[in-house]
Amino acid sequence: MLKKRVIVCLDVKEGKTTKGIKFQDNVDLGDPVAMAETYYRQGVDELVFYDITASAEKRGIMLDVVARVAEKIFIPFCVGGGLSTAEDIRRVINAGAEKVSLNSPAVKNPELIREAARLYGSQSVVLGMDALADPSLPSGYRVVINGGRTPTEWDALEWALRAQSLGAGEIVLNSIDADGTKAGYELKLTRLISSRVSIPVVASGGAGTPEHLREVLQEGQADAALVASMVHYGTYTVRQIKGYLRQKNVSVREA
Amino acid sequence: MKVGIIDYNAGNLRSVELALRHLEIDAFVSGNPRDLVKADRLVFPGDGHAATSMHNLRERGLDELLVNFFRRGLPILGICVGSQIVLDSSDEKAAGEAEPTRCLGLVQGTCHRLEGSSPSGPLKVPHMGWNAVQFSDAHHPLVQGIPSGTDFYFVHSFYTEVSDPTIILGRTEYGQEFTTGFVKDALAAWQFHPEKSGEWGLKLVANFFQWRP
Repeated sequence: MLKKRVIVCLDVKEGKTTKGIKFQDNVDLGDPVAMAETYYRQGVDELVFYDITASAEKRGIMLDVVARVAEKIFIPFCVGGGLSTAEDIRRVINAGAEKVSLNSPAVKNPELIREAARLYGSQSVVLGMDALADPSLPSGYRVVINGGRTPTEWDALEWALRAQSLGAGEIVLNSIDADGTKAGYELKLTRLISSRVSIPVVASGGAGTPEHLREVLQEGQADAALVASMVHYGTYTVRQIKGYLRQKNVSVREA
Repeated sequence: MKVGIIDYNAGNLRSVELALRHLEIDAFVSGNPRDLVKADRLVFPGDGHAATSMHNLRERGLDELLVNFFRRGLPILGICVGSQIVLDSSDEKAAGEAEPTRCLGLVQGTCHRLEGSSPSGPLKVPHMGWNAVQFSDAHHPLVQGIPSGTDFYFVHSFYTEVSDPTIILGRTEYGQEFTTGFVKDALAAWQFHPEKSGEWGLKLVANFFQWRP
């Protein structure tokens, strides 16, 4: 049976993680490679590194992080943030990432998805999508870009289907409404998208407890759930989360 | 031991290279048969399309290299597409092509597209993520020390069907049950990515290099 995945997301700014102040296990706080190794040992199924470096000159630091992660952990990992050309994508893949996540640049230039899929295969191309509730659209959700600040013309379901047809192999679906609330994932949105596309959907935004993951993996029909602060601040370990899920009959990998 | 990793423009070889380095196995990457013929073990990875992969192999003369290597009884580790195109043919065809893609024919069998349904609706393809592999021979040196039913990382849309059931070493269920590992003479083939399957995956790779077929 295919397992439901638990994925940890790390925001990286100029080579340092921006969360993790209460992190245990004696890791070098702020070092994404050390944090990745810790989550790897705890049995995380996949990792996402999101580059939030603002200045273009300092973007190269991320490639060094990617290369060092690839030497230390032997599970798939994805890199996103600031990838707007085929050349940006090539550099990240060659440094050792399995997948790239395309968000705002894909909305501005959908051909980027097709180009990336042609070059590296759909399995390497993840659509990162931020959605905001909007009753005026058919699906009830609107795609927003630039970290949720800029609304687009796209209906969330329509954009998900379009990205799939362009060659995206997976969708990381982030609810702007739920993000940061720790009140649980947006189940309705997740179920809507996951039941209509034929590629895996990773739920993102709102996780505060292991029960939230159970909800979105079972009721929300997500294929995977993304967590960040609930593990970065040491509230839970990946092992605890997966232990809880297993107890609730969610099939997860033992590692 | 001289280990060659076959480079034929079929996906990212970096993760295979790094996994071998982590296991302290000396390996070189090459797309040139004249270099690779000097190896005594080959790793044959691959992501991508069967027809494109076969085209790239033939263009570089690597198809012959693999056939000769196999006939000489030297160990080959096929991964993902590398486990599929060692068979006779694949249903993964080039655009506009009516006949199945003719492959290397080292092992009797064919590749078919994954189909079926899951409890929550149509089966999502590609089969992406961690899934259990049941070993038909738990004592085989290739899987020694690894529990049957261990999860490995998969990404694929086609699956292998080998003609001789006695060569099957691994089976997995996704929509249907299918073969995800087989051994023919000195050729070991896995559908999943052991180099991306955590510590158990690394153990599986290490076992291949301990293996004396």
